[in-house]
Formats: sequence, structure tokens, C-alpha cells
Amino acid sequence: METLSNEKVTEDMIPPDITQPLPLTDDFVPGESNFIQVKDFKFFYGKKQALHGINLEIPSRKVTAFIGPSGCGKSTLLRNFNRMNELIPGVRHEGDITIHGTSIYDPSVEIIALRRRIGMVFQKSNPFPMSIYENIVYPLRIAGQKNRAVLDETVERCLRSAALWEEVKDRLHESALGLSGGQMQRLCIARAVASRPEILLMDEPCSALDPIATAKVEELIIELKKDFTILIVTHNMQQASRVSELTAFFYLGNLVEFDSTRKIFTNPSKKQTEEYITGRFG
Amino acid sequence: MGVASIPVGPESPIQREYRPRTDFFKGICWLASLLTVLLLVCILLEVFSKAWPAIHRFGFGFITGVQWSPNREVFGVLPVLIGTGISSLLALLFALPLGLAIALFLSEDFLPAPIRQVIRFVIELLAAIPSVVYGLWGIFVVVPLVQQYGGILADKLGFLPIFQGPAYGNSLLTASIVLALMVLPTITAISRSTLVTVPYALREGSYALGATRWETILGVILPTAAPGIVASSILAFGRAMGETMAVAMLIGNSQRLSWSFLAPSNTLSALLANQFAEADGIQVNALMYAAALLVLMTLCVNIAGEAILRHTQKTTAGLR
Amino acid sequence: MSKNSAPVPQNFFTTGGKQTSPLRLLRNRLLTALCIVLSLLTLVPLLSIIILLLRNGLPLLGADLFTQLPPAPGQDGGGFGNAIVGTLVMVGIALIFSVPLGILSAVYINEYAPTSKLAAAVRFVAKLLTGIPSIICGVFAFAAVVMTTHQFSALAGGVALSILILPTILLTSEQALMGVAYAYREASFGVGATPFQTIWRIVLPEALPAMMTGVMLAVARASGETAPVLFTALFSYNWIHSLMEPTASLSVLIYNFASLPYSHHISMAWAASLVLVILVTIVNVSAQIIFRPRHR
Repeated sequence: METLSNEKVTEDMIPPDITQPLPLTDDFVPGESNFIQVKDFKFFYGKKQALHGINLEIPSRKVTAFIGPSGCGKSTLLRNFNRMNELIPGVRHEGDITIHGTSIYDPSVEIIALRRRIGMVFQKSNPFPMSIYENIVYPLRIAGQKNRAVLDETVERCLRSAALWEEVKDRLHESALGLSGGQMQRLCIARAVASRPEILLMDEPCSALDPIATAKVEELIIELKKDFTILIVTHNMQQASRVSELTAFFYLGNLVEFDSTRKIFTNPSKKQTEEYITGRFG
Repeated sequence: MGVASIPVGPESPIQREYRPRTDFFKGICWLASLLTVLLLVCILLEVFSKAWPAIHRFGFGFITGVQWSPNREVFGVLPVLIGTGISSLLALLFALPLGLAIALFLSEDFLPAPIRQVIRFVIELLAAIPSVVYGLWGIFVVVPLVQQYGGILADKLGFLPIFQGPAYGNSLLTASIVLALMVLPTITAISRSTLVTVPYALREGSYALGATRWETILGVILPTAAPGIVASSILAFGRAMGETMAVAMLIGNSQRLSWSFLAPSNTLSALLANQFAEADGIQVNALMYAAALLVLMTLCVNIAGEAILRHTQKTTAGLR
Repeated sequence: MSKNSAPVPQNFFTTGGKQTSPLRLLRNRLLTALCIVLSLLTLVPLLSIIILLLRNGLPLLGADLFTQLPPAPGQDGGGFGNAIVGTLVMVGIALIFSVPLGILSAVYINEYAPTSKLAAAVRFVAKLLTGIPSIICGVFAFAAVVMTTHQFSALAGGVALSILILPTILLTSEQALMGVAYAYREASFGVGATPFQTIWRIVLPEALPAMMTGVMLAVARASGETAPVLFTALFSYNWIHSLMEPTASLSVLIYNFASLPYSHHISMAWAASLVLVILVTIVNVSAQIIFRPRHR
């Protein structure tokens, strides 16, 4: 459990369960403003409650950053959008998450289809031990796509959109494990977009990369938001301010503040947010 | 492992200063190590030197010969070599799907942990049962079964050389079925240990791309663990080749060349078990020759298996 | 996936307008079922072995079995007391040879010279010995002991078994020594202890429980093995008087009696199997319980 470094955690620092979505300030012009809706969402690992009634509306085609000290629940929430948390035994949730108006927990929703519509990039790159080509066509292959032309086209499209094509086009059939760390992570991004998802979840995608590779991935994220709704968990304040348009600040399993990134970083309305942004804790 | 590689010998000057006498214990330990190494040399020397008269007399014809009659001093082990190879291969063929299924079962979460614990316990029990008990069980359970259903098999599929009748209870097939049970723990243990080293991140990555559990297993987990599974099969093959008692009790001990799984056959180790006690003269040398062949074959197989296993450990280490 | 569950015209979660192929889901279920069925299938032979052992072995189980000599072919009654004694004697001989050799070698390759060429050779040899078929141990003992003494004997059987269990003891002892924290050695050296004092007073006592587990596992393995003693100790219908005479063992008794045409002898083979399996299981289980590391 994360604690404040100097002061004791007092009751008034933890906001009460927020039942209404937080209003956005004026300088944000929404696209489809309620593309993803999180409604009074609670999440439990066994007996331990990780999320306390989160309410959130995330617009489409924007980069939304989740920030907060570790253990605050931001990764937990992120991993609920594609229901990856359900791989862990003993978890349960209350409340609902809807995407494009459909609940992801609706009994008619197939997890497989859901995950194809929501790509995910992990903290540590996880290319499969196969060739670069096979890594990217993996989601197509499992869906039964056998047409060589479609596969070839996908590989080029995805590698181009991950800004990796020029670097690897001559060694597509070599092992993906021979790539550098940054290249591996971009390969994983390319793989995540191969099944043409609408949403990209990124769980601290740069935390294992050096500054140069990080810059490349950040550039890529800004490029990708034209086509995808991107949710990114990050520990890095600068990264959040560089790549995102919206920022949600989490603390102790609560959503403290959600607003445009500029507002959060220049004039946050909550004291805790300000303290975290200015590095007083976290 | 890191601990082991740090030398604990008398390194520092302080140690050297305070060490009054020569360390006799070190000498004793050194001698023990030397003896251990010499033991293998001794085994090889002993077997090969006792085999030498037969090697000298029969040469390569020993391996290609199909007759084994001690009375006429004619010795050829080709049928026995074939029996050894086929019975071990067949055992592997039966045991591999079972062993893999159990290894997957133990490394994935199909069923709750207590049930997996039971399966694990069962496998450990299987490994602990002595070979001779398997043999006894085989005589009273597997032999009648093979006799009964082997007859049907020979009737229906007799046109295939491998199922040519008549069907004997004590046959290659019987021995292979029991051998399969005996090598199952080896396959399960090694396959499981390579499966659990497949990083969780790879499973996660596959699930996140919308793969089902089995698409993940077949598409990512098994290919990643494949070298380890191959190694486990090779080591199991080596074990099957050397397995003696159960085979000697079930295979029928016939040196006649036959391709039928339903006919009696023999393996190198069963041949040794059956004939050594009553052998004399050149027959002892011929048996030593056979033993030397068995040693060479199992050594080759085991070294290959270990090499692959070691190679796998290196490559999967790079994955994490 | 139903079409009306979503308020939007095209359900967001279908894949590009197409549903996930039901075949994929079906295949997933079928493979899971297959995997579970195959795993449970292994229970069948094991249960069969246990049931037959109890059904055929239990009726004979009694005091006579442990105190009497085996009946001659065709006769009834008797027991296999001499075979139990023979097995114990030969396992004992095996331990006398292999425990010191294995543990001392392990000390050398883990404590004195872990990076030396000899240590590498010892590890390599131990690995190879693990892979050598057990009957080869018998062949070696036959050549080295039986052929030189012109006598089948308990000694030859013991020698064969000692080769069989040496790699087990050596490798588990090495593991046990590895398990001792390096900090203990540093602390001992730090107060001016010699390597010998460190090993003898600190490392060995700490590693002892794990080493004993290895020895127990080796005992379990040796008492069940038949091939190494089959033509080195041979068999005997009498009590053992000296180490230099043919000696009975439980495992060879099972082998010999299983192929006799007398139902009483076959029953005795089952009873001997039951005793052997119980013995091996007890030793195995107690090895893991008694010598569990005391403090973690």
C-alpha cells in the first residue's frame, strides 16, 4: 500500500465515492464524448478492494492518461477494459463498463471478440518466440485468416503504423527476439493493432525502455491517436503531459480528478492532484 | 546457483595466515571425486574388455546377425536391436500425448488446485512403483487384454505387417504399453518444468489479442516449450531402452525377427536379464558385447537429451 | 452473440461485423475435455495396480511371511523372511559404498573446488551415471565381482546397487550444499575458521536434512530394483549366512515366483510386491516429511 511520504493519510484526503461523472472543463471539445463509460465501478482481488466506485467517461480518438502513485488502481482499471483481470483467480467486480453503449459484461459479449476490438500493450514487451512476421499475423491466424495477400498487407500496414517497417522490412522472417528493446515494444504495438482494434490499452509501455526508445514510442502514440482511442497508464508525469489530452488522477483506488491534461497540470482543482503533480508525494 | 560458483577455497591472506595445517579433509574429498570419475571409466573398461573377445570374433556381424543360438555359438542381435528400438518408440508414442496432457493439466488452471495436487501425487506414485511390480501387474492385466483384443486387431488389420497374427499375450505391444506407463513420469516432470518456465507475459499477450485458451496453448505456449518437450521425449526414450524387468517379464523373449507388434520380441536389457545368470564361455562375452551396445546407445541418447535441455534453459532464460 | 443487446446498430464487440466462429469455441472446449480425460486416464492403471496388490497380496499378509523361508516349488506355506533380510543387507552394503563417496564428492565439487576440471568431470559423470540403465550396474558387478570371486554373492549385489544410487546421493547432496546460504560460510570464515572447520561445523550440519532426504530416496530406489541384483546376488531359499553366497531379495523373488506355474507362489509374488510397494512408499514419504528443512 502506498502511503504519503511526509504526512499521515487522513480521512478528508480520500474523496467520497463519486456517484456522478466528473464534469469536464471548457477547454476540452469532445468527439464522441461518452465512448467509454465507467459506471460506479468497484473491483476486488479476493477480499481486498482495489477500486472504489469509479465513474468516468472517456471520449473517442483521444489519448487519455491514467496517473497516480503505484497501487492506486490505475492499472487495475485499465486491465478491466479488455477483461484481462479475469485471468486472476478470485477477482470480482461491481458496477459496469460500457463501450460504445454496450456493456462489456453483457452475457452476449464474447471475451474473445472484446479483446480483438481492444488491443493491449504491456509494461514489458512480450513478443512471441517466433518471427517478426508471425508475431504480427498471430491475431489473424487464430481468427482463421489464411489468405497470404491479406497477411502480407497486414504486416506492412501494422509495421508502418508502428514506425518499424523501414527498420525490419528485410528481416521479417527472423526471430523477433533479435530486436532491440524499443523495437520489441513497437513490434508489440504493431501486433496489437493487427486485428484493427478501436481502442489501445497501454500499461506503462515505456517503463522498460531507454530515453531514445521512449521518445520513439511517444511519437508513435501521438501518431496513433488519429485512428485509435488510446488509454495509457504511466508513472512518468512528463510523458502524460507530452502525449495525452486528458488525464485521470487516481489515488487509493479512487478517481480524484479527471480533466484535460492542460488543466490537470497547470491548475488542478484538487489539492491531492496538485501535490502529486508537483512531486510532493508518489 | 550463484552461490555455488563462488569459490570457497582458501583465498584471502587472512585465511591463509590462520590455516595452520594442510587440509586432509580436502584431500579425502578430492580422492572421492577422483574415484567417482574413475568409476565410470571402470564400468566402461570392464564391460568393453569383457566384450572384447566377442567383438574380436564376431565383429560387425554381431549387429547385423539375426540368429542367437548359444549352443552353436552363433550370436546376432539385430532382432533384439529392432525390438529395443520399436518397443521404446511405441512406448513413447503412447506416453507422449498422456504425459503432455498431464503436464498441461498441471501447469494450466483447468481444474482447481486440489485436483491437480492429486494428479501430481498419482504421477509420483507411478514413478515410485518398482519395475518388477509393473511386470507382475502386466502379466495378470495387460497380457490377457492384449491377447483378447490383439486377436481382433490381427483379424481386422492383419494385412498390415505390424498387426500380423497370431496375437500373443507376451508381445512387443504388451511390453510397450507397460513401458509407456513407466516413462510417463519422466515425460510429465520435464515437460511440466519447461511449460512453467514459459513467461506469463506471453500467455497474457496472446489472451489480449483475443486468443482462446487452446489457441494460446497450441500457438504460443507449446511452441515456446517445444525444445524442452523434445528433450523430455528423448530422455524418456533412453529410459525406455534401459528398462529391464517389466520388459523381460512381458515381451516374450524371442530372438526371432518379426515386424508384428503382436508377436513376442526381445530387447537388449531383457536379453541380458534372461541369459546372464546361466551363461558361460563365449556367451558371456557376447552378452557383454550386447551390454556395451546398450551402454553406447543410452549414453548417446542421454547426452543428446541433456544437450537439448541445457540449450532450452539458455534460450528461455533470454525470454524472461 | 445476440444482435439486440446493444443500442448501437452494429454490435461493437463482433469482429468486423462477424461473430467469433463457433468452431473456435467448440474446439477450445473439446481440447480441454480431451486434456482432462487423458489426465484422468492415468488414474486407471494406478488404481488397477493398487487394487490387485491389495486383493492378491493382503490375504497372505501375516507374521509367517516375515519369519519363514520361501516354500519349494509346488509346496504351500512359508514366507520370504530371507528375502527381506537379503534386500536390507544389500541396500546396506550399497549405502556403505555410495554414501561416503557421494557426499565427499559433493563436498569437493561444491565447497573446495567448484570451478575445477575435476568438479566438472564429476558432475558430467554423475549425469551420465543417472542415465545408465540399471542392468548395466548388474553387468559391471558381474564382471568385476562375480567373475573374479567365481561366486554369486550379496557383496556383488550390494556393489551393483551402490553404483545405481551413487548419482542420486551425489546430486542431491550437491543440491543440499547449494542450499546453504553463502552468508554462513562468510560468517565462519570471518571469525577465522578454516575451510575444514567451516564445512564440518557449519555447512554440513545445515545441509544434513536435505542430504538425508537424498539418501532415503536412494534407499527406496535401491530396494525396489531387480535388474542389478538379478544375476549378481541371484536367489536363495535359505537364510543369509555370509556375504559371499547367493542371496535372496524381495524383487528377485517377485520376478522368479511370477513365472512359476504354482498359484501359491504367484500369490506370494503379489504379497512380496505389496510389501515392497508399502516399504518404498513409506521410505519415500517419510524422507519428505522427516527431513523437511527445519527453518526457512
